[in-house]
Amino acid sequence: MSATPKPTRVYYFGTCLVDLFFPDAGMAGIELLQSQGLTVVFPQGQSCCGQPAYNSGYRADALKVARAQLDLFPGDDPIVVPSGSCAGMMKKHWPDLFHGEPDEAKAVQVAGRVWELTQFLVHVLDVQFTDKGEPVRVTWHASCHAQREMGVVEEPKSLLRQLANVELVELKREKECCGFGGTFAVRHPEISAAMVGDKVADIEGTGAARVVSGDCGCLLNITGALEAGAKAARGQHIAQFLKERIHGR
Amino acid sequence: MDGNAPDFAAASRAALADPQLRGNFRRAMDGLMSKRAAQFADTGEWTGVRALAASVRLRALSKLPELLEKLEENCTRNGIAVHWAATTEEANAIALDILHKANAKLVVKGKSMVTEEMHLNAVLEKDGIEVLESDLGEYIVQLDGTMPSHIIMPAIHLNTKQIAHLFKRKIKDAESREDAAYLTDLARRVLRAKFQAADVGMSGVNAAVAETGTLCLIENEGNGRMCTTVPPVHIAFMGLEKVVETLEDVPPVISLLPRSATGQPITTYVNMISGPRKDGEKDGPREVHLVILDNGRSGIYADPELRDTLRCIRCGACMNHCPVYTKVGGHAYEAPYPGPIGKILVPQIEGLAKRGAMPHACTMCNACVEICPVKIPIVEIMGRLRVEAVKPGGAVKDGGAKASRAEAMVWSGWAAMNASPTAYRIATAAMSRLGNAAPASLPMLKEWTNVRTKPRFAGRTLHDLARAKGVPDV
Ligand code: SF4
Repeated sequence: MSATPKPTRVYYFGTCLVDLFFPDAGMAGIELLQSQGLTVVFPQGQSCCGQPAYNSGYRADALKVARAQLDLFPGDDPIVVPSGSCAGMMKKHWPDLFHGEPDEAKAVQVAGRVWELTQFLVHVLDVQFTDKGEPVRVTWHASCHAQREMGVVEEPKSLLRQLANVELVELKREKECCGFGGTFAVRHPEISAAMVGDKVADIEGTGAARVVSGDCGCLLNITGALEAGAKAARGQHIAQFLKERIHGR
Repeated sequence: MDGNAPDFAAASRAALADPQLRGNFRRAMDGLMSKRAAQFADTGEWTGVRALAASVRLRALSKLPELLEKLEENCTRNGIAVHWAATTEEANAIALDILHKANAKLVVKGKSMVTEEMHLNAVLEKDGIEVLESDLGEYIVQLDGTMPSHIIMPAIHLNTKQIAHLFKRKIKDAESREDAAYLTDLARRVLRAKFQAADVGMSGVNAAVAETGTLCLIENEGNGRMCTTVPPVHIAFMGLEKVVETLEDVPPVISLLPRSATGQPITTYVNMISGPRKDGEKDGPREVHLVILDNGRSGIYADPELRDTLRCIRCGACMNHCPVYTKVGGHAYEAPYPGPIGKILVPQIEGLAKRGAMPHACTMCNACVEICPVKIPIVEIMGRLRVEAVKPGGAVKDGGAKASRAEAMVWSGWAAMNASPTAYRIATAAMSRLGNAAPASLPMLKEWTNVRTKPRFAGRTLHDLARAKGVPDV
């Protein structure tokens, strides 16, 4: 599967949600890449991919923010993102956002180097993980943008299946949105609540102790609802889950 | 909010509070999704037929004016009278005129979404003309005094028990039996009598063939065939985008439509209507009319990006797969077209002042885009409408109607913070340290914490951790 020659150096784009709410997951992603012998560069000037404004109809503001990221990733090294949604924004929407702008060519070049973390681990690094953790049952929540913008469907599940003591039970409605949708969750709180309610019921139905996901928006939504509903299952970012399994913690 | 603008948020709240309704939709949509999935288990075949159907629609749209002229020419040659309506008012006036000339008192209709768009039934009733919906689902909805909640399955919001109840109340001598076969039979008996007596039959059009002047109509109940052949006058209604170039273009459309909609390989009836009864023929209407409605479509057509909206073949699959639609149902949209296609089509037809909220009733999950048989970039168009809602001067009617100084300021502040590394560092450090102290009663947090705990700021940012762990910056 790894047709691309393995790089020795990658850039890491942490995303604003990871930065504020899941920095440990972000750090775990960096360490997973380092454990494969890579030099990981984390440009300190980075902030956000611009998606919130882009999806709210404020494209000029999105452009301003996206543009501030462009010069942080010189050269050809891959850019790894621990979020399918932000990776999708950069890879798929930056070319549209910069269309007709003087720096369009640069934006397209940068966009072309973007990888979602699990996609990179599987297709480029061809990682083989050894599980040191206790037996646990987990389920996988696929984010909409990871699936439908980045085409990431089997990669994270294949990583979870590498772990001998992890039993993966898939959701009945794996492809269905959890109801986060950025500003949607506060614009339409009742609908969002109904959506995450169905998701929580689906998670409970698997009997999993943990729901693992690759996107922090979904995780904020799902773990928030699990906690508020006093459910047993907990949410975790896949980078952190993998790191803990590999280190036997 | 606009005085007469439908309030989707309020309507959806009411829908969500109805557990029966939620259950009905969840069950029905789960069933439809798995039936569709079974149709397209072979992804290679799906990719192929989808590309073919999309190319048929794209080609038709690429020469729309020419094809419409041809359609008129060939329909006229076949004896079909063609009428052009720029607005729904014009279309209603045309219909009334034909009905008056035919001295019509009773109209039977086969399912047509364009006449829903025109609110034709109300217009006819006001004129003293009895109109009866003959598609079982539409008949149920009409009896109930409501609107279709789905473009293919108008009464999908009701279960058998509710329908039995309705029939018992509204149909003379109806027994109280929760039995789908009995209820169907009962409706059929009522409708049969009306078909015989009707002065005019009305229908929609699934595809109009330019090269032959043929109107194609697909359906499962035979009521469409009755409406278009039994009464002495038939009036068909279509949006101007429904034209296709050749007869060969029809099969990809009429096969993908039911496969996507209900998981049926083909509908029970495929009607190809090529004109009124000819001399010596024993059946068929004496007059056939085709009303072609614009109602904002030529404006949509003029914009190369928005034009993709007109590819739609009205299969309704996007509704079945929409996580928002499946929660709130079709009525919450208060529009002839609900769900994803409605969220892009209706604001373009009715304008952003009235419908500017519709494109926001979406998480942009792209489930609709993944299954749309003609590959409409629904979510991209949704994004475009969100832009035009707050920015005047675009192509869509009432652009800028939702512009808000306060909202614009929030986003420009957000951009200033995220475009400057220093501002970002200061802001995120402050949020990490102080954010958790924010009371859950703050706007936005309040909505969020209704069913969730507060998001917890981590205390230290990833920027911080990476620096502390010596992760290189360049
Ligand atoms: S937008 Fe696509 S999926 Fe939705 S009704 Fe139209 S053709 Fe069907």
